[in-house]
Amino acid sequence: MKLKLHVWRQKSAASAGRMVRYEVEANEHMSFLEMLDVLNESLIEKGEEPVAFDHDCREGICGACGFMINGVAHGPMPGTTVCQLHMRHFKDGDELYLEPWRAVAFPVVKDLIVDRGAFDRIIAAGGFVSASTGSAQDANAIPIPKTGADMAMDAAQCIGCGACVAACPNASAALFLSAKVSHLGLLPQGQPERKERALKMVAAANHELFGGCTNIGECEAVCPKHIRLEFIARRNRDFLKASCTFREETAAAGAG
Amino acid sequence: MSTASAALTGKTSSHIGFWESTVGKKAVMAVTGAILFLFVVGHMLGNLQIYLGQEKLDHYAHAVKSIPALLWGVRLVLLLSVILHIIAATQLGLRKRRARPRAYVKWASAGSTYASRTMYWSGPILLAFIIYHILHFTTGQALGPEFREGEVYHNVIVGFSFIPASIVYIIAMLMLGSHLYHGVWSMFQSVGISHPRYTPLLKKLAAIAAAALVIGNISIPVSVMLGILK
Repeated sequence: MKLKLHVWRQKSAASAGRMVRYEVEANEHMSFLEMLDVLNESLIEKGEEPVAFDHDCREGICGACGFMINGVAHGPMPGTTVCQLHMRHFKDGDELYLEPWRAVAFPVVKDLIVDRGAFDRIIAAGGFVSASTGSAQDANAIPIPKTGADMAMDAAQCIGCGACVAACPNASAALFLSAKVSHLGLLPQGQPERKERALKMVAAANHELFGGCTNIGECEAVCPKHIRLEFIARRNRDFLKASCTFREETAAAGAG
Repeated sequence: MSTASAALTGKTSSHIGFWESTVGKKAVMAVTGAILFLFVVGHMLGNLQIYLGQEKLDHYAHAVKSIPALLWGVRLVLLLSVILHIIAATQLGLRKRRARPRAYVKWASAGSTYASRTMYWSGPILLAFIIYHILHFTTGQALGPEFREGEVYHNVIVGFSFIPASIVYIIAMLMLGSHLYHGVWSMFQSVGISHPRYTPLLKKLAAIAAAALVIGNISIPVSVMLGILK
């Protein structure tokens, strides 16, 4: 199959980019990234700079890959990262526009690669539980309701690829944030820091200049891990409760 | 990036106030939106009394205005709601523009409604309509010399006999329907209410409420234009 590609080419974060047209011969058994590998081989043979794109596991579980295909994050198949998207879903002669995620919080590094460090800083702000070191206690020592465990697992599927931000007309990180706030907030281990987590992660997203959520649902539609809008409501609930009941610490922590 | 963005926002604190956050602003929009939605429902139910005849409607209009403290109390709450709703929407809108300075060459919707994507259009159009509507039927400047204080039935018939005014009302009501089709369920999501059992029902309720408001309100200018009300 022959494809016409329009690919965003940008040398560096500082340089201006533009769409460049390419033609590539692919077959239906390739993954989308393998099709780009073929394009890059031909570019290298011609002495041109290959198209830079992020990828790592190519199994749909790491969150490294992702770009817009014809205006949809990760392309047309629901619940699929771009590395697991196969060329059998496209037709001979298709014209495809490939663009990087666009958000001020995700500056373009090169071509289709963006810097998603903003997500790391949001996680560092509160997306963790503090645990004592030493040997772990028995896994079944803390009872967890089944429905809570199921929901926590659903939320924990988030791979932090950034498709939610890319698809959102507001460039909001609400779905990512909600997955992280929920997967810890649904478990007993996440309770001590639950309020602080919601406050700090929402604050961090604000500082990174992500937009606000308007509940329109584009994020949910493109999420390769089917993170649901319901989690955003959960995050809102946690944040509003925490915001209304927040109080300063009144005494220094004891030294044990 | 974090220092650069902190410089841009002027914030370095790891905590954030209710109103500073996008979540807090949306909660304010939800609550004020709910107030305005309830008003719009009540307003329509009151106005539909036009079908009961001139006496009933004018009597209702008189009753509404008979207790000035109540009238102005309600007006104050509505005005405050409108102002807060607009301030929050404007600030979120500016934030949206700053969050994606470069638009996509190609962008396609994968899962949102047209109504939800056009809230920033339907909102300002409704604001313009509300101003016109008040000048038309409350203070009368837009109706001109035919306006008679307190004679609501007369004013409505005269107002809607002018076809362009009726068309403006019909378009505005379609905008209202679109705004509420998204807004009425979205307000629950904004304050943290979502559940697989209730959210689909809330979406249905929003669609039914929006359709009822559009049909109920539009029926009045249409009835006047068709000569059913005269």
